[in-house]
Amino acid sequence: MEAYISLFVKAVFIENLALSFFLGMCTFLAVSKKISTAMGLGIAVMVVQTLTVPANNFIYNTLLKEDALSWLGITGVDLSFLALLSFIGIIAAMVQILEMVLDKFFPALFHALGIFLPLITVNCAILGGSLFMLERDYDFGESVVYGVGSGLGWALAIVVMAGVREKLKYSDIPDGLRGLGITFITAGLMSLGFMAFSGIQL
Amino acid sequence: MKAETKKVLVDPLVDNNPITLQVLGICSALAVTSQMKTSIIMALALTVVVACSSAAISMVRNHIPSSIRIIVQMTIIASLVIVVDQILKAFVYDVSKQLSVFVGLIITNCIVMGRAEAYAMKNPPWDSFVDGIGNGLGYSLILLIVAFFRELLGAGKLFGIEILKLTKDGGWYEPNGLMLLPPSAFFIIGLIIWAFRSWKPAQVESPDYKISAIAHGEGGHH
Repeated sequence: MEAYISLFVKAVFIENLALSFFLGMCTFLAVSKKISTAMGLGIAVMVVQTLTVPANNFIYNTLLKEDALSWLGITGVDLSFLALLSFIGIIAAMVQILEMVLDKFFPALFHALGIFLPLITVNCAILGGSLFMLERDYDFGESVVYGVGSGLGWALAIVVMAGVREKLKYSDIPDGLRGLGITFITAGLMSLGFMAFSGIQL
Repeated sequence: MKAETKKVLVDPLVDNNPITLQVLGICSALAVTSQMKTSIIMALALTVVVACSSAAISMVRNHIPSSIRIIVQMTIIASLVIVVDQILKAFVYDVSKQLSVFVGLIITNCIVMGRAEAYAMKNPPWDSFVDGIGNGLGYSLILLIVAFFRELLGAGKLFGIEILKLTKDGGWYEPNGLMLLPPSAFFIIGLIIWAFRSWKPAQVESPDYKISAIAHGEGGHH
C-alpha cells in the first residue's frame, strides 16, 4: 500500500507530466486562458488517463510482450515493436467509446467535456503516460495508480496555469513578449516551483 | 527551384515557425534539448517523419473518407515513427535510450498531425513533402538554438566537446546548473519568441486589455 501512495505522490508532484516532462504542452498553452475551461480539460485528461494507462498495460502484457502469447500456445513471438501503434489505437478507441458513453448516460457531463475529448487523442500527456508505464515496467496495480496520479498532476498544472494567466492579461507586458512569450516564461517559473518537490525522497 | 517551392520551404523557418508562432510540437521539443547530440537526432527524426507522412498522406488523400481520416493519418504516422524508432535502436542505441519516450511521442507531435490536416490533405505529394521538410527545419532550428544555449552554458560543452573550461577542471567557467534543468527550456523559448517578434513586429499578438492613460487632474476626484 505504501508503495502505491509514494508512486501516486511521485506521479502528481515530483514527476509532473506537464511541468517536468513538458507533455501535453500544446493543449497546455492553448487551453489555459480561463480557469473553467482548463478545469474541464483537466478532468477529461484525468478520466482518459485513468482508463488508458491500465488498458494499455493489460494489452501489452497479454498480447505484445515477448512470449506474451504463450496462453494461446504460441511461443517465441515478440510483438513489442507494435506497442506504439496499438497504444495510439487504444487511446483513440477509448476516447471514442468514452464520448459515446458520456453522450448516452451523462449528457450534462458530455456537454461540459464534449469539445475537449477529441483533442485528447493527440495529447502527448496521454500517450506519454502509457509510454512511461512501459519504460518503467509497471504492473497492473501500479499502472492504475500511475494513471490517476499523472492525470491529476496534469490537471493541477493546467488549472494553476489558467489562474495565473487570468491575472496576467491585465498586466503591462513588452510588445514582443505578449501572449505566447510571457506564457512560456510563466510556465518556466511554475516548473521551477515544482522542482522544489524533487528533493522529496519517497 | 520554383518560387512556390522555395516559399513553402523557407516560410516555416521564421515567418511562420511552427513552435514560436503556431504553438505546435512543443511537447517533445523541450525535454530533449539539454544536449546538442540528442537534439540533432530528435530534429532529424521529426523532419523525416513529417516529410514522409505528409507525402504518404497526400498520395492517398483522395481515397480517405473524411469521417475516418484522423485514424488513417494516425496509422500512417505511427508506422513511420515505429520505423524511425527501430532504426535509432539499431544504430544509435545510447541516444535512443536518452531520448526514451520522446521518439514515440513524435506520433502525437502536433506538427505532424497539423501539417497532415492543414497541408497534405489539400496538396499534391511533392509539395507536401517539401512543406514537411520546411516545417521540420523550423522545428529543428528552435530545438538547436535551445540546445546550443543549454549545453554551452549548462555544461560548457557542445556535442560533448569542451568549449568553456570548467572551474572544477581548473578552468574559469562556473557552469550554470539551471540550464540543465527543465525550466530553462521554457525561459529560452520565451526569449526566442521575444527576439523573433521584436525582429518581425507583425507577429506581435494584440493585447486583451489596453491600459488607458489617465490625464492629469482626472485622477484626483471620485
